Amino acid sequence: MSENRHEVLGLSDEQVLDMYRTMLLARKIDERMWLLNRSGKIPFVISCQGQEAAQVGASYALNLDEDYALPYYRDMGVVLSFGMTARELMLSAFAKAEDPNSGGRQMPGHFGQKKNRIVTGSSPVTTQVPHAVGIALAGKMEKKNFVSLVTFGEGSSNQGDFHEGANFAGVHKLPVIFMVENNKYAISVPVEKQIACEKVSDRAIGYGMPGETVDGNDPLAVYEAVKKAADRGRNGDGPSLIETVSYRLTPHSSDDDDRAYRERDEVDEAKKKDSLITFGNYLRDAGLLTEEKEKEMEQELKDIVNDATDYAEQAPYADAESLMDHVYEEGGG
Amino acid sequence: MPVISYIQAVTKALKEEMRNDDKVFVLGEDVGVRGGVFRATDGLYEEFGEDRVLDTPLAESAIAGVGIGAAMYGMRPVAEMQFADFIMPAVNQIVSEAAKVRYRSNNDWNVPLTIRAPYGGGVHGALYHSQSVEALFANTPGLKIVMPSTPYDVKGLLKASIRSNDPVLFFEHKRAYRLIKGEVPDEDYTLPIGKADVKREGSDITIITYGLCVHFALQAAEKLEQEGISAHILDLRTVYPLDKESIIEAAKKTGKVLLISEDNKEGGIISEVSAIISENCLFDLDSPIERLAGPDVPAMPYAPSMEKHFMMNPDKVEKAMRKLAEF
Repeated sequence: MSENRHEVLGLSDEQVLDMYRTMLLARKIDERMWLLNRSGKIPFVISCQGQEAAQVGASYALNLDEDYALPYYRDMGVVLSFGMTARELMLSAFAKAEDPNSGGRQMPGHFGQKKNRIVTGSSPVTTQVPHAVGIALAGKMEKKNFVSLVTFGEGSSNQGDFHEGANFAGVHKLPVIFMVENNKYAISVPVEKQIACEKVSDRAIGYGMPGETVDGNDPLAVYEAVKKAADRGRNGDGPSLIETVSYRLTPHSSDDDDRAYRERDEVDEAKKKDSLITFGNYLRDAGLLTEEKEKEMEQELKDIVNDATDYAEQAPYADAESLMDHVYEEGGG
Repeated sequence: MPVISYIQAVTKALKEEMRNDDKVFVLGEDVGVRGGVFRATDGLYEEFGEDRVLDTPLAESAIAGVGIGAAMYGMRPVAEMQFADFIMPAVNQIVSEAAKVRYRSNNDWNVPLTIRAPYGGGVHGALYHSQSVEALFANTPGLKIVMPSTPYDVKGLLKASIRSNDPVLFFEHKRAYRLIKGEVPDEDYTLPIGKADVKREGSDITIITYGLCVHFALQAAEKLEQEGISAHILDLRTVYPLDKESIIEAAKKTGKVLLISEDNKEGGIISEVSAIISENCLFDLDSPIERLAGPDVPAMPYAPSMEKHFMMNPDKVEKAMRKLAEF
């Protein structure tokens, strides 16, 4: 066993247990959503499974009271870390009025919650990248010390908005952390058919920023890389590009069947590296995740997910006529 | 009252709003040291410095997208597209993002962003420096599209756009920049977005138009007055969402309506105006609704012969007005 890596990073035992708990909560909510989908209760799921370590590791490296998150549709681990609750996520899955992301207007996975600085997103991928740059620009103009974390998939890193946003941030030395969650697939198209360079992080040099590829199944490695990037940003040294490599453990969405394009062996192999297993083992080896603790946590999270499901299922939909609201500011000139 | 040009009114509005509110800043290509290729941001860099007059990389989607991000944070950015023709790479940011942020977040987030862009022809700009692009954006709820015709309206509407808590596309006719001059008070004032304006009272025919064509109609109306034809001219000023009430009132006033636009004819702003009139004014009309617009070709060619043939001008307008009066 390696000696306590988290202590070297300045993380306490409580903090790493909390990271694990958030990863596990994301997984449990996600799994419940699949059950709800397959039983016909919710129309759609898009998963975080396989990326929880990257999402939670990155978020815990930030100032969760000041920094901004511009997540993409898989980032349940990011939004939970930034303060969204299980109930709120379930309200979104059921498209209920109380859903803070959109009041039931958007599909699940289209996160947004101003009070927690989770910036609203859409479905055309990578549009959030220039927004993260704009928020960082505003912060610099207002002499604030926050950074913005923007995440997206490796397929999305081909979009013009990635290039335009990264270049802008590089030129103006803005505190943006560009994090590519490379899960090896853009729906059915493997990473080899998405990018011609070896790593997405190789692109960083073109934008005058450091690029780093880390193990996306290792929350501590991601934490370390993002912490370094956040420090750079706060010190006025500009943006960073971080690529976290893991694997998408589910089909693209509840409407996809991944058996058409990838072998089961490959998926099974990836499941052995699932961060919930590997990080769980790390915590067990460190003596932090005792049998008792684990049981307690399992029960706690089960209760949370049950409560969230019940609450969201019973919550009302928005009034049909309310679809006319909020096109423009009410009474705005 | 001082008389200034259309483009000076743009600069004045920007300068006043930047002095009023620290959250206002401009970004775009060549807007800084150069003061804009048309000089719309002339003097801003000197007064407000590099931080608030930002020269961006040449990348329109980022100009719009970075503006959206800053606006969501709480700034009031004014983004410049160097030519309206170059706005296309930013369409996803404008249509999928800026226009939908308030709606999709159920009023949690909003985008107080103004995007300025010079449009229009008659300047030897050929296909890609002459287009009118308003129709492309004009069925996007969440956006407002403002197209002023006079320096007075420019100042009042640009200030209102910057203060709006929703995104505004502010299209400035580039031929009007130095051609059109008018009285503009030094005092602070705004004009309401979404309200059309009667630019001339008349009783025989109604002209509904916007932008530079307002001036062509005003010139033609002067001439026709001598022939005893009285033209009522409504300037739309905001082309999306349209001021239906004023359109209906103006159409009913004379019962004969001519709609004018420099843009291609099919599917343009005036087609929607025509639909509003036909839905609401059937028994008040004394003639078919007439549309005078650019031909349905991709854009205005470079050669002066073809450019002139495409472009709207006072003669074409006068002819159409006389024809309608004689109907």
